[in-house]
Amino acid sequence: MAEPTGGETLMRWLVARRGKTGDGRGWHWTDIATWIWLIGGTILMFGPALWLVLSSFKTPAGLAEFPPTLLPYTQQTVQVDGAEKPLFTVTLEDGSEKTMAELRRVGIVAQMVDPDAPEDEVLRVNISERTPIREVRFALENYTQPFLQFDFLLYLRNSVFVTLMATLITLLTNSMAAFALSKYDFRGRNAVMLLIIATLMVPLSVILVPLYSVVSATGLLNSLWGVILPTVATPTGVFLLRQYMLTIPDELLDAARMDHASEWQIYWRIVLPLAAPALAVLAIFSVVWRWNDFLWPLVVLSRKELYTLQIGLNTYAGELNVQWHFILAMTVVAMIPVVLVFVFLQRFITAGIAGTGLK
Amino acid sequence: MQRGVSYWVMAPLRWLARMADVPLRAWQRLTGQGGMIALFLLPNMAIFTVFVLVPLVMNALYSTTGGVEFFLADRPYIGSDHYQRLLDCGSYLDPLSCRDDMFWTAVWNTARFVIFQVGSIILVAMITALILNRAIPAKAFWRAVFFFPVLLSPVVVGLIWKWILQRQGLANLGMVELGLEPVNWLTERFWAFVAAVGVSVWAHMGFYTLILLAGLQAIPRDLYEAAEMDGTPPFRVFYRITLPLLMPNLLVVLVLALIRAVQIFDEAYVLTGGGPGTSTMFITQYIYEVGFANLLRNPGLAAAASILMAGVLVVLTLIQLWLSQRAGKR
Repeated sequence: MAEPTGGETLMRWLVARRGKTGDGRGWHWTDIATWIWLIGGTILMFGPALWLVLSSFKTPAGLAEFPPTLLPYTQQTVQVDGAEKPLFTVTLEDGSEKTMAELRRVGIVAQMVDPDAPEDEVLRVNISERTPIREVRFALENYTQPFLQFDFLLYLRNSVFVTLMATLITLLTNSMAAFALSKYDFRGRNAVMLLIIATLMVPLSVILVPLYSVVSATGLLNSLWGVILPTVATPTGVFLLRQYMLTIPDELLDAARMDHASEWQIYWRIVLPLAAPALAVLAIFSVVWRWNDFLWPLVVLSRKELYTLQIGLNTYAGELNVQWHFILAMTVVAMIPVVLVFVFLQRFITAGIAGTGLK
Repeated sequence: MQRGVSYWVMAPLRWLARMADVPLRAWQRLTGQGGMIALFLLPNMAIFTVFVLVPLVMNALYSTTGGVEFFLADRPYIGSDHYQRLLDCGSYLDPLSCRDDMFWTAVWNTARFVIFQVGSIILVAMITALILNRAIPAKAFWRAVFFFPVLLSPVVVGLIWKWILQRQGLANLGMVELGLEPVNWLTERFWAFVAAVGVSVWAHMGFYTLILLAGLQAIPRDLYEAAEMDGTPPFRVFYRITLPLLMPNLLVVLVLALIRAVQIFDEAYVLTGGGPGTSTMFITQYIYEVGFANLLRNPGLAAAASILMAGVLVVLTLIQLWLSQRAGKR
């Protein structure tokens, strides 16, 4: 049999799905539907985020444009008599085209001048006779200005602090509880498990009012710890870690006890390292959860300097003068950690979800 | 010696753990294994008790007290007034005939949202899972594509779509290109609701796709091979093999999606702020507004509403536990 050509190989690869039924040759209508779904899905799932990123590099003028352009364009300008003037291509009466700068505009008439010879006469041109000269330019100031102008850096720091602290405490306390619930037999163990499973169903929105009052009574109102602590004793985490630790053989623990290891050492040096895969899954999820939290920080934090990124963003977006060029850029920044997690750890997350139904 | 980043993260932790071992060993000598169990459970249980169990109990107390104060001792007992107010309706089908019309508007909005959102999610996730289960190349990539929005924060999701759906946004450009009239997606009651449903389906369907995909992959291949030997038409294969065997996963997905949809808040709040009017105001937003907004603050009423919502969620969760237990036994 002859070596297949590149095109043939590609076709075979594309229709390979028929695998067990067909011989992988020819298109079935289901193949076409599959690829339409996959490619359309890719555009629909990635497209909006990509559009956000592209838009975030546009200037306010570029953002207001309709129809919008894909890439961020800005109009070129030129120095005329010490001031920046926009550049246009003007169609002259004899049909030729010329590059000119606009001095001012009165109604539908623009006063144009040749930028190379500004002393020449000023041409009056109907605005429909000219098109702006534009170039692709990434408005990086959308990103740099919020850092200087707003409390953006502060919000970022608050978010990082909340995410890191909450994740560390979640991992430590949940793994300790899971260890006790999986490796020891004691009276009341089932009761504790039942309690934990029962509260899996209590969403934060149900206990919003009393939780606020508890947090206020413990003096944690308007403190980042008030955001962190209520979220760390997650029953999901205990449940997940416990199920994993049950698979660690007890003989390992008994052997360590024979060597006079303390219970704490058994937990720290044997069980924790062995539970690393489950811990990693929980860590990834905790980071995503805490980074994305919105309702609870919104309730607890009312002082602006304590806002997390998500609250800060929403506040900006809600203000009357919506400054989209800043908001889009900050949204991109808020997306970055999650995109990093996605790019590097997506395999573990999807495996973790398919296996445990966790989110 | 060259040391990696992980060393500098782990070294202080190791040192702390070693330091902790000294007092802990003494504690173990003193109290035996029982004391250690208590110690391991203590941090988690303490936080859990203070921030979950106590609020759960307090919620009931709040719902039977009145006033605008948050401190429980300052709140006078008023019995079931809040519940009576919430449930006082001329007709439950018409929010405007209710004493608390905002609550019932939120209830019916949520009910409508749940039906459309969960219905679409199951349909779209099912089709996607079936397609991802085929022998397509680069499976991991496609799986990741549909999963990506699940990780985004509700605020980011809300802002992305607010940007696309606004009057001069990309969506309306598409409408114009197709020769249709542009739509005021976020300022017209009907379209704002459609947008809230659509955006939420976009953000969450990847999660359910994964669960369904895991279920599909667990169906033994030889069943399909046998059906193929018998020349069974594909539609009947789906109806007679795939669907029945996937039913446990499908039910779990259904109930999980229901539980999530009932609690809808963040994306919709960022996208539309509950508006226009009250067309996208859902129960969680009602609880938030009534509990914390300065103008109409009534924590007791919010607590009563949240208890009513919890009732629905408890029923759904019990169904889910029962289903997943049955699926586990199979």
